Amino acid sequence: MNFDFSEDQKLLQKASRDFLEANCDIARVREIFESDHSYDEPLWKGAAEMGWQGAALPESVGGAGFGYLELVLVAEEVGRAIAAIPFAPSVYLATEALVLADDAALNGKYLPGLASGECIGTFAVSERLGQSDVKNVETTLTRGKLTGHKIAVPYGDIADIAIVVAKQQGKAVPVLVDLTGPGVKRNAVESFDPAISQASIEFDAAPAKRLGGLKDGERLISNVRDRAAILIAFEQLGAAQQCLDSAVEFARQRYAFGRPIASFQAMKHKLADMFTAVELARSNCYYGAWALSTDSEELPVAACLARISASEAFQFCAEENLQVHGGVGFTWEYDCHLFLRRAMVQGSMLGTARDWKRLLIRRLAASSASVE
Amino acid sequence: MDFDDTPDEAAFRAEAGAWLAKNVELRKPGEKAVGGLERDDPGTIEAAQAWQAKKADAGWACITWPTEYGGRGGTSIQNVIWGQEEGRFAVPPNMFMIGLGMAGPTLMAHATPEQQKLWLPKMIRGEEIWCQLFSEPAAGSDLANLRTSAVRDGDDWVVNGQKTWTSGAHYCDWGILVTRTDPSVRKHAGLTYFVVDMKSPGVECRPIKQISGGANFNEVFFSDTRIPDSQRISEVGNGWAVAITTLMNERSSIGGGGLGGGVGFHDLIELANAVEIDGHPAIEDGGIQERMADYYVRQKGLQFTSYRALTALSRGETPGPGGSIGKLVAAKMRQEMAALAMELQGAVGGLLDEKLTADEASWQQAYLWAPGMRIAGGTDEIMRNIIAERVLGLPPEPRIDKAVAFREIPTG
Repeated sequence: MNFDFSEDQKLLQKASRDFLEANCDIARVREIFESDHSYDEPLWKGAAEMGWQGAALPESVGGAGFGYLELVLVAEEVGRAIAAIPFAPSVYLATEALVLADDAALNGKYLPGLASGECIGTFAVSERLGQSDVKNVETTLTRGKLTGHKIAVPYGDIADIAIVVAKQQGKAVPVLVDLTGPGVKRNAVESFDPAISQASIEFDAAPAKRLGGLKDGERLISNVRDRAAILIAFEQLGAAQQCLDSAVEFARQRYAFGRPIASFQAMKHKLADMFTAVELARSNCYYGAWALSTDSEELPVAACLARISASEAFQFCAEENLQVHGGVGFTWEYDCHLFLRRAMVQGSMLGTARDWKRLLIRRLAASSASVE
Repeated sequence: MDFDDTPDEAAFRAEAGAWLAKNVELRKPGEKAVGGLERDDPGTIEAAQAWQAKKADAGWACITWPTEYGGRGGTSIQNVIWGQEEGRFAVPPNMFMIGLGMAGPTLMAHATPEQQKLWLPKMIRGEEIWCQLFSEPAAGSDLANLRTSAVRDGDDWVVNGQKTWTSGAHYCDWGILVTRTDPSVRKHAGLTYFVVDMKSPGVECRPIKQISGGANFNEVFFSDTRIPDSQRISEVGNGWAVAITTLMNERSSIGGGGLGGGVGFHDLIELANAVEIDGHPAIEDGGIQERMADYYVRQKGLQFTSYRALTALSRGETPGPGGSIGKLVAAKMRQEMAALAMELQGAVGGLLDEKLTADEASWQQAYLWAPGMRIAGGTDEIMRNIIAERVLGLPPEPRIDKAVAFREIPTG
């Protein structure tokens, strides 16, 4: 049994954490949060110098030539720092979509830029209130032109390209659009987590290129979402752990009724429940990392497990961390709400925990013979 | 990252599997392993003893015990592999968990060489069966509150009091017993640990009927029971430290235990497929899907948490703190899962009839076992305290019972 990361991988994680502590402490996140900047540009460039954006890409396209086991550990640290960079949409979604579609011309054109961070990608699904799902998509691709609109596109205001989920001849397909090109109008909208900027985008016959074949679209979209779900789960895991650590530290220092509040069972049990949620999420995330790194046929189920437990752990820990802090937790100047906001935005991106739960059971029911 | 054995582990697994294949039949598909708590008729006990002796003769009885005590001197990961391999075969239930898992390691740590020589060889061969006499009616989570008294009289100690939740008391040969020998000192300082001959005069066992209808445990009453001083383990007044050794070993042996009822997630899927809600299979109902997913996420999370612990063992390291969540999560999950399965059966969920219910009323049985799992070996609340204090390092609750003489502590 070797269900853990290697020493080299752990060193890389340590280096990632050190880099973020030096370049992205929580004060820096708050700076972006309270400013008009859509993202932390110097940090994004620094991350590129560390090779993060291309961590899982081959050296032939400018990647670092590591693998997914390395990328997930970087993701965990990016999540822990709640860094204000478009790592998830650009690296887990846009880049992964291109890799999976495996179109030599498109890859040659875009992957080097995505790997170096010079090109920022995003992923656009939602068009209205309700489930973020291909079923609710009306944006249409006709003869290489995309028409329709998307809302709640992460970093959509500054991204260079988007993978847009659209319909072509009634079928769901992923479509690549140059957001700086003609036929694209975009507006930044107020984000629940201002460290993740979001935008509404109008497409009016914007030149666009379908990824993969017409019949492969839905499978490709589903595959991208599964893989991205595991990577985002690691960000959520890192952030959930940070909330737990912060709550433990505060509860040990804060005195009430003549003793540390951490000595009260009501606090201990809350913190123990947070620890339990984080541990379960961590174990399920590791399984996801294994599935991702081996391209296992178990990946669709592993993605659900990682995503559900990490989404729930992060939201739970963010809420309870604020509660442990009491009144100061409700103030703008304390950082609890930065994590709370991040938890809700990340949890709603790419399908909620509820969506993934239903998907999990549908997937298990379809292969119930192999369920233990 | 992988789930594979190292070459050494694979070789050990092959050796264990080969010996087992020569000596016992494989379990048939669908045949469930029988737990030591579920069967205690004389035939089963004899079969279990014969199997234990056979393993001892071949050096497979106690993988991690040192060879000087009759063990194999193996590693923790080898012990896990042995358990996995033995689990594939139709072996008799293990009636020796308390002895081999708890009493044995305690004696190795605290008993004299003479005492070890007297008990360990017969223990490892299953010739003598052991039980645990710790809990009392007023000493459960607060075990150190125990009141069973032992008073010195010549070369003996005279014991009076009542123990409870002792499994196997009626057929066991020896018991590990914690008593109060001095109520005038602090509660943890006045305890002394003994080994008691269960066939001694003045020992009476009465079965406890559980909510599940079965009776797997006993109350044990001591009335002027005499124990020779030669059966005292460690010094007078050091009983708490010895008991802690036993309890640390209890946690590691209970962790992998079954949860009763024999049904699993696969059976839940089949049930949700078979029954309907509003004219559609229940498994297509969103609410049902969400609840089922909650259980599966936790079940798999625990499975992979145990894989992380095994990885540490495989590397010769001490597993991290994640293992402490196992029983806490599993017991509650089991309760919720069984409740959903009963709910899916509608009014039939309220039956215990094996023909009318799904899975021969196993869900109903599992539901009645689950509360016990949430209490045994550390209640949910105690487990949370342990996680908070030992894993997260939070300060202990101020206590009014620690600095005063035991007899001064309020009892309500």
